[in-house]
Amino acid sequence: MGESQYVIEMENITKAFGNFKANDNINLRVKKGEIHALLGENGAGKSTLMNILSGLLEPTSGTIRINGKEEKISSPTVANRLGIGMVHQHFMLIDNFTIAENIILGSEPTNGVAIDNKQAYQDILAVSEKYGFKVEPGELVGNISVGMQQRVEILKTLYRGADLLIFDEPTAVLTPQEIDELIVIMKELVAEGKSIIIITHKLDEIKAVADRCTIIRRGKSIDTVNVADVSQQELADLMVGRSVSFKTPKGPSHPTKPVLKIKDLVVKENRGLNAVNGLNLEVRAGEVVGIAGIDGNGQSELLQAITGMRKVESGTVEINGKDMTGQRPRTITENSVGHVPEDRHRFGLVLPMTLAENIALQTYYKEPLSKHGILDYKMINSHARELIEEFDVRTTNELVPASALSGGNQQKAIIAREIDRDPDLLIVAQPTRGLDVGAIEYIHKRLIEQRDSGKGVLCVSFELDEILNVSDRIAVMFEGQVVGIVDPKETNEQELGLLMAGVPLERARAEVAQVKEGAVSHE
Amino acid sequence: MNKKNELVRSIAVPVISVLAGLLLGAIIMLVFQYNPVEGYGAMIEGAFGRAYNVGEVVRLATPLILTGLGFSVAYTAGFFNIGLAGQALCGWIASIWLAMTFPDLPKALLVPLCIIAGTLAGALWAGIAGFFRAQFGTSEVIVTIMLNYTILYISNHIVRYVLTDNADATPKISPNASLRSDFLTQLSGGSRLNGGIFLALLMIVLVWVLMKRTTAGFELRSVGLNPLASEYAGMNAKKNIILAMVISGALAGMGGVVEGLGTFENLYVLSAAPEIGFDGLAVSLLGGGNPIGILLSSLLFGVLKIGGLKMPSVGVPKEIVEIVIASIIFFVGINYAIRYIMDKFAAKKMTGKGEA
Ligand SMILES: Nc1ncnc2c1ncn2[C@@H]1O[C@H](COP(=O)(O)OP(=O)(O)OP(=O)(O)O)[C@@H](O)[C@H]1O
Ligand SMILES: [Mg+2]
Repeated sequence: MGESQYVIEMENITKAFGNFKANDNINLRVKKGEIHALLGENGAGKSTLMNILSGLLEPTSGTIRINGKEEKISSPTVANRLGIGMVHQHFMLIDNFTIAENIILGSEPTNGVAIDNKQAYQDILAVSEKYGFKVEPGELVGNISVGMQQRVEILKTLYRGADLLIFDEPTAVLTPQEIDELIVIMKELVAEGKSIIIITHKLDEIKAVADRCTIIRRGKSIDTVNVADVSQQELADLMVGRSVSFKTPKGPSHPTKPVLKIKDLVVKENRGLNAVNGLNLEVRAGEVVGIAGIDGNGQSELLQAITGMRKVESGTVEINGKDMTGQRPRTITENSVGHVPEDRHRFGLVLPMTLAENIALQTYYKEPLSKHGILDYKMINSHARELIEEFDVRTTNELVPASALSGGNQQKAIIAREIDRDPDLLIVAQPTRGLDVGAIEYIHKRLIEQRDSGKGVLCVSFELDEILNVSDRIAVMFEGQVVGIVDPKETNEQELGLLMAGVPLERARAEVAQVKEGAVSHE
Repeated sequence: MNKKNELVRSIAVPVISVLAGLLLGAIIMLVFQYNPVEGYGAMIEGAFGRAYNVGEVVRLATPLILTGLGFSVAYTAGFFNIGLAGQALCGWIASIWLAMTFPDLPKALLVPLCIIAGTLAGALWAGIAGFFRAQFGTSEVIVTIMLNYTILYISNHIVRYVLTDNADATPKISPNASLRSDFLTQLSGGSRLNGGIFLALLMIVLVWVLMKRTTAGFELRSVGLNPLASEYAGMNAKKNIILAMVISGALAGMGGVVEGLGTFENLYVLSAAPEIGFDGLAVSLLGGGNPIGILLSSLLFGVLKIGGLKMPSVGVPKEIVEIVIASIIFFVGINYAIRYIMDKFAAKKMTGKGEA
């Protein structure tokens, strides 16, 4: 037998957690020099499979062949030696180390005794130039953007000589520009002979980068397809096992009284500059207001200020007719506000606590979950079971730590907790980050349902199609202010893109119209 | 099954730590040419030989249970209470002072009053550190260490110039304030075993209920595990910092009360803050912060320390005992290493089974 055409062959891989099989006889073959996508619903077992390949988990059964040779990947070190590198969704970098120090950590070049920093810098620059992306080795990781941190993770794997790179939902945390840059980097990498496995829920990304795609459903591998031969709709249907609709049907909105009124709000970011700079915004009962904007234009600070987690410098926040400026989070929550925070691990969950306790995180102190300060765990657990059922949170049971849930299911649990309280004002940030298309469809439906039952919804998202899909009005944020409010039926992604870059509405309209005309006249 | 594994592990890790510590102790005895079998034999006899010895073991464990619980409450909420010793001393002073001021109150009134006073004193002393941490973000570690020294000198001053006229120890407290009882004394062959053990057992139950079954405990756990998410969920960080330290100090204060009203029945000039402080920290870590674990590891400390008193009778100096205890603490300190080795081992076994 000659050289195998596959770098990776995973055969009949099974991984059981207790008597739950996260992977159930999965088969995956990755060809040399291809970009191979893994597609599957939240909790389907994609991360588990990749953790097995990178040596973080040992399979219960099954065989793995690397370049045709059977191997046992018992630890990340072994995976490293076999040329497998993983770029995790949650970066494993040390903030107060420099980029260079982070990259060489664990495989430091030495000049006999001490770490050879010069050598390290040169090596890093050489690798980064080879693949056409720039980093500044001396910069502290704590000071660089998320996109740049991801490059450092990629460099780290390349520096250790990885031939197969695994990306677990690399684009979930990136801005659209950073996504485009990442796609270029990935194509560069395969051109240099590397192979890539990418996990993503975004079908357009699969179409854009992947050669082949393996679909996993509830722990089983369903099919491997040539990406060029299938449409996005077909991919989605294969993954969920039914027909999925991308556009949530919704009737006209019937807004009534305002539930949120923000006047001349000023909020500072951590370094003391104004992140929100005299912002005015109103959300009425019975409507969904979407906030579109490029990351870093004050969206995070705005939501933190509304929910009492960041100091308001000046201006007012009125919720349900009451002045809530500078109140504590609990007071604001009690005034019928629900909040799905943008960073689920830092703010949304207490990972080591049980799923049930996490679902009780906002209501544990009230009846029926507790009485006179004594928790009623029967109620806490049965309440959690109800929500798990209703929101289709995939988990073995409600007593596992929240950290045992897949990323998407953690998000569903948070959304379940916040919607369940039926708040008059529901604030959601990146509500469907990391969710599969089926779950996105469901969450969008629930947001519209909240609206139709007379609640106000404020939705911040970097996904323009999400904003266009769920909003009744779109507020565009730029440099800490709302620079325009548009009707989603009368706008489009190009126009929004221009507004988000600070172009005034009339000019944006004119430019989009001109481009369209230009396109027509070329024909 | 995962849960069961976790349980097995949480028992196995301290057991392995203790065994490794004992083994190291044996090796040290061998190196210094003492017979470890004889040495440990004497230790066992010293701890269990007669009712008196058993009584002393339990007596020594009693305040450790209380300070150990105290440490675990603060630790759960994410704070490192190094000041247990000072807080215990506070409780000790307060209880003795009150006992000496009202020696003639009936026992049924005086004992509870002294316990309450000592508890409050410990709570207050720890509360200072909690307040500074909550209000100014000052490290509770540094503040409590400084408070340990402060209270040590205050205590010695009080003994010499307030409670006595330049003596090194206060007179014995009246029997009305003592935690000792004829029943326990006779039962344990004249040891210093006292009613404090019931207080300690009660606190084991109460602390468990507090941490696992109340909304206050829910908040303390949550704040300790993820302060940002806790703030998001509307928990008051400042309130919880102070609460955790106050409860921790209250329990340490009770430990001091037991020393004052039970073990020594007086207060004397100390050269260092009471040992039960740092031993409580070790006991809590060894017991994994779990109330039953703290009970067992306190008893273990009792066995080692009381049993160790007998070792010089077969020629092993008592320093060796200190070394054994120190090596156990060392192995507890590196228990993540033991965990790591066990994880590797378990993983190997599991794949082995899978292939079978
Ligand atoms: N340590 C664990 N203990 C118990 N169950 C686990 C553990 N780790 C993962 N699981 C379960 O295994 C299943 C698969 O999880 P995995 O993280 O692989 O999903 P995923 O396909 O990556 O999903 P997502 O798209 O949401 O990230 C989930 O149902 C999860 O709850
Ligand atoms: Mg995943």
